[in-house]
Amino acid sequence: MKFSIYRYNPQTDAAAYMQDYKLDEDHGAVMLLDALLLLKAQDSSLSFRRSCREGVCGSDAMNINGRNGLACITPLQALAQPVVLRPLPGLPVIRDLVVDLSQFYRQYREVKPWLVNHDPEPEIERLQTPEERDRLDGLYECILCACCSTACPSFWWNPDRFLGPAALLQAWRFIADSRDQATGQRLDDLEDPYRLFRCHTIMNCTDVCPKGLNPSRAIGHIRQMLLGRIL
Amino acid sequence: MSIARRRFDCLVIGAGGGGLRAALQLAQADAHVAVVSKVFPTRSHTVAAQGGMNAALGNVLPDSWLWHMYDTVKGGDYLGDQDAIEYMCQEAPRLVIELEHYGVPFTRLDDGRIYQRKFGGQSQNFGGEQAARTCAAADRTGHAILHALYQQNIRVRTHFFDEYFAVDLLRDEEGYVLGALVLEIETGEALIIEARTTLIATGGAGRIYRTGTNALINTGDGMAMALRAGIPLEDMEFIQFHPTGIAGFGMLITEGARGEGGYLVNAAGERFMERYAPHAKDLASRDVVSRAIAIEIREGRGCGPRKDHVLLRLDHLPAEVIKARLPGIRETAMRFAHVDPVEKPIPVSPSLHYMMGGIPTNRFGQVVVPEHHGPEEPVPGLYAAGECACVSIHGANRLGGNSLLDIVVFGRAAGERMVEYLAENPYHRPLDAQSVERAMDRLTRWDLPGDGEAVDVLGEELRRTMEQYCGVFRTQDVLDEGVRRVVAISERLADARLADRSRVFNTARIEAMELENLVEVALATVVSAAARTESRGAHSREDYPQRDDLRWLRHSLYYRSGRRMDYKPVRMKPLTVDSFPPKQRIY
Repeated sequence: MKFSIYRYNPQTDAAAYMQDYKLDEDHGAVMLLDALLLLKAQDSSLSFRRSCREGVCGSDAMNINGRNGLACITPLQALAQPVVLRPLPGLPVIRDLVVDLSQFYRQYREVKPWLVNHDPEPEIERLQTPEERDRLDGLYECILCACCSTACPSFWWNPDRFLGPAALLQAWRFIADSRDQATGQRLDDLEDPYRLFRCHTIMNCTDVCPKGLNPSRAIGHIRQMLLGRIL
Repeated sequence: MSIARRRFDCLVIGAGGGGLRAALQLAQADAHVAVVSKVFPTRSHTVAAQGGMNAALGNVLPDSWLWHMYDTVKGGDYLGDQDAIEYMCQEAPRLVIELEHYGVPFTRLDDGRIYQRKFGGQSQNFGGEQAARTCAAADRTGHAILHALYQQNIRVRTHFFDEYFAVDLLRDEEGYVLGALVLEIETGEALIIEARTTLIATGGAGRIYRTGTNALINTGDGMAMALRAGIPLEDMEFIQFHPTGIAGFGMLITEGARGEGGYLVNAAGERFMERYAPHAKDLASRDVVSRAIAIEIREGRGCGPRKDHVLLRLDHLPAEVIKARLPGIRETAMRFAHVDPVEKPIPVSPSLHYMMGGIPTNRFGQVVVPEHHGPEEPVPGLYAAGECACVSIHGANRLGGNSLLDIVVFGRAAGERMVEYLAENPYHRPLDAQSVERAMDRLTRWDLPGDGEAVDVLGEELRRTMEQYCGVFRTQDVLDEGVRRVVAISERLADARLADRSRVFNTARIEAMELENLVEVALATVVSAAARTESRGAHSREDYPQRDDLRWLRHSLYYRSGRRMDYKPVRMKPLTVDSFPPKQRIY
């Protein structure tokens, strides 16, 4: 099986380049991450992040044959050869397939992703009906892998001003939570020509999300609420 | 050589649930806290916990913390310390409620309260009817809790050192822990973090085995750091095999699948757990179910062409139940086993899951060792919580749903005790130059040029050795051979060399230091297992099939120096209630 992988080590390489790798046909790997681990045994300098190997930690997001995804849950069988692996687009590369995610994390922090409730703490749980809880499905499962934001042209063009789909999905996760009391504040923070409204509903985010979430719809909901406030 | 230095009140090593809960406690007490993690916090292994967290809320069926305590003591085959278990079970309801207030999206009952599911080893009224004690956010409870704890830490502006690898603890001549030497993975630069108190919350070391439910980052870094600092590890022979990992892959299928009504069958389609645990059946405790599966497979009743697994049936359950309460394992089963559990059973086999043993602590999270005054003297300035610690609440076998509980209960307890320690010890002690030098040696050793054995070859050999010589069923000869082989691997590791010695994000260097840690932990495990000549909980000796309370109702302590074993008594006396004396364990 053939691979072509983006290589860059700032210490030794003047510029990035693509390197070819090969695995014997009886390699036994099932998922792309298994193959990468075998390649790393061949060439220990090949660098990438990985941890849970089952699609729940979000470490091994990369660009696979032109499309963002998680290596650990991408079956090798379905991939055209050579498998072209690049770092997530639009972010500074630290080394090989490892990108600098600080900006992505900053955007996440900017939406104040924690529950705000000003009532005195009850001695039991804050009650929530199953229907209210259902509204959080498709939102809380985000693993912060950055596949969506780095697939978004608006994010590429205005990374410092547009919050990107992952952060906006989290903004909506708290607005949608019946226990959260900061909706007004959260909407105020998003009412800006760039932070939310740079989304042009291109829907790459929803298309690539490895968890099947729909940031585009979440952004639509926030947009509606903002418009509802004006009208 | 000058090494950059930072100073904090507290250093937390590890950003899973235990580390984050402690950091939150510390930050809320206005302590200046640094959290060091080799991965971004939400990538820690807590994220993979599925089924839930035990607390006797009694939302679904009647419950009491005392019943929870009884089940935990019995589940641990009476090796757990009953003072710590009482504390944990009493605190559990308050801490689940607190997590709910932090925003954890628990699944709900019609009346709006937290949904609780049935889990293994749970009973009402001291061994009576099945209880429903496990608070769940679908089957992504670990994810939900870890993210909420991280979010709370952002709120209080905890200082995170993301993608920093802890190399070793710094400890002075008098035994005080002064912080740690860490490596910034992105730049390859070393950094000294000085702290008056240090918490180790680095999780388990499942990667001493080849297949299992554990993430690749579970390399026992904190356990090995403790060993190198002269601290023993407790009860390391007790390794939990989860009954239901996806056959051939090891991905976890939560016990909640059986809690929701799933059951296991062998090749004949027989519901074999009825033979092994007539009362609890598929919801007996994990050691019992895993052994039953292993026996079925060994006696030729396994499924598939190689008869190497059994089947977990869920297809009799309403599709809505699976979709609403087990969406994550459905996704995993479809992805890795190519079966939709709504229609077809999932092939499963026992998979390495959890380490009951670890760094010895008391119920305040203080690391305790036999020193001058008795077997449990605190190491000044050092704390541990979570899977890397051994309080011991899990004894010889952990109950499902008790590990998410463990991390928040003892993460918080450690944080509270660290705040007290800060008040009593207002100044940083001078840094110990020798200790820094030793830690730097461990780092610079991997800069040695030349040819040597490759790290990943040794790693593969270690994992195969542990699987073969320290598995579910154990005998003296096999364990002794295991000790010899792991010792040989550890000697060869000294001659290993890195092909890539570059600085920037060098994952080969990290993996080499991780392997050093794994070898330390593997040695502790196999040496402790060879020494314990009885069967108890997860430690199953074919040559000593009985539990032997007279000789072995005691905790093992393994020291790195000379690979020496020592022992200490089990704390049988709870805090306020009567002790649960050892009884025959029947499910």
